[in-house]
Amino acid sequence: MNIDKDLVAASATPLVLAILAESESYGYAILKRVREISDGELEWTDGMLYPLLHRLHRLGYVTREWRIPSEERRRRYYAITDEGHAALAEHKRQWVTVAKALGDAWGGGDLLPLAFGRA
Amino acid sequence: MDQLELEIQGWRAFVEQSPAVDGRDVEELEDHLRDQIADLTEAGLTSDEAFLIAVKRLGSIDEISREFARENSGRLWRQLTAPGGSDFEQTGRWWRQALLFAIAAAVTFQIAFLAAGTPPDESSWLLRNASLLVLPFLAGYFVARRRLSWNQVLVTAAPFVIAAVVINVYPFIDGGSTELLAASHLPVVLWFVVAYPYMNGVTRSHERRMDFVRFTGEWFIYYVLISLGGGVLVGLTLAVLEPAGVDPDQIAQWVLPWGSAGAVIVAAWLVETKQRVIENMAPVLTMVFTPLFALMLAGAAVVYAVTGLGGAFNRELLGVFDALLVVVLGLVLYGISARDPLQGPGWMDRIQLVAVVSALVLDLMVLGVMVARIGELGFTPNRTAALGLNLVLLASLIGTAWLSARFLTGRSTFHRLERWQTTYLPVFGVWAATVVVVLPPLFSFS
Repeated sequence: MNIDKDLVAASATPLVLAILAESESYGYAILKRVREISDGELEWTDGMLYPLLHRLHRLGYVTREWRIPSEERRRRYYAITDEGHAALAEHKRQWVTVAKALGDAWGGGDLLPLAFGRA
Repeated sequence: MDQLELEIQGWRAFVEQSPAVDGRDVEELEDHLRDQIADLTEAGLTSDEAFLIAVKRLGSIDEISREFARENSGRLWRQLTAPGGSDFEQTGRWWRQALLFAIAAAVTFQIAFLAAGTPPDESSWLLRNASLLVLPFLAGYFVARRRLSWNQVLVTAAPFVIAAVVINVYPFIDGGSTELLAASHLPVVLWFVVAYPYMNGVTRSHERRMDFVRFTGEWFIYYVLISLGGGVLVGLTLAVLEPAGVDPDQIAQWVLPWGSAGAVIVAAWLVETKQRVIENMAPVLTMVFTPLFALMLAGAAVVYAVTGLGGAFNRELLGVFDALLVVVLGLVLYGISARDPLQGPGWMDRIQLVAVVSALVLDLMVLGVMVARIGELGFTPNRTAALGLNLVLLASLIGTAWLSARFLTGRSTFHRLERWQTTYLPVFGVWAATVVVVLPPLFSFS
């Protein structure tokens, strides 16, 4: 399935914040996690994650820090802040509303909100 | 080096061309690329294939850098917009604006110079007020260029007014040392005031502070270049006109004042507009002079550690030492601001540490002698100002040495070192203001 570009872009922020809410992480691992939880359906242009992380950092939703894990290369780790948690909650609220409206409109009822309720 | 490394380096060089993607972002993207290549190679691809697919997945660098450009504000948009054709008109307007302020500063200073009378040794008025006659125009130029709000204009103007009152109302004893100290520290204070409009009023931002450090270094280089050119011009003019019976003093009196005042604003304009030119030149100069200064400082530290400072110590030497330490600190500060923060510790950082540690040793020796002298002869304005300056420098040097040692041993990031510099920066301004405002009454304007 080819998901619409705009939809991918709109879901990027809550998705990244949700992944960071699980645990702190770095760019490549975040992208792997996105593929994992979307079963490979969400196709991101990998590089675009980084300007997004930049923006989240500027907004104070995430902190970032260079660390040197076991290998010789240093790597930038991101962790969610309280503000990030708040923003994530707000995103959830909006998506649930949209999903509920769509579910009602399609008459399929509860499926979509249920899926979101889990998140 | 194997083929893959070469390919990654080529890719990296390509990404680095984009002005919007800064060094650390490039490093992050490279880290991503390498992870991807490692995974793909593990899945059975050859390193060539893995590289191609990883680059493809990362996406178009143009698009990424456009996204970054949207994200990064500040100095980046300037570089990005400068070459664009539609901004040409804008540049033209800025040029006229800069010229206007430069002429205003030049005329003001020229009038003051003539009004003070020649030879100007009669009155120390000009000496005290020199920076007050020029730097408000520089601040004004930034106010106009950054389109500051009226509140910000007031915040910018207030310190100038206060300084003008203080420096002219204080009953300095003519030629006394508090007067000289106030005159020499006032430009520093006012330079920090100029930082406010330069930084668009956002004084808390560490990035903006670093920008201002960069600006200061680059402004200095441009100013020196203009002065050298001006010197050649004046010299030739004298050589040509003197045989015709023109008095050289006349030329000096009519050319030097407005030239040196106007150049302050022109240099600032050049830094702002010709970013790329100076950005290529300044790091090279730092790279040339940091090792030389490190060598000289280390030599001096060794010599004075062996011979002892006490015997050779006098007021002139103290002044020389302080000037030296300030220059070294400026060099280090500028080196840090111009450095590509993405790179790991390199030989330049080691040389810089040598310079800082040697400066630290010298500073400690100077402090030791000075404290002994004060204990023996008591406080004077000069000794107090020198002691304060040396203590302020000492704290800065200790922090720099400690953090850059930690950075070199991989226990800290370069970012911490940068942060230390930008956090400490206001201390210099505060100390200079103290010398101008508090010291004179303390020593009853002697």
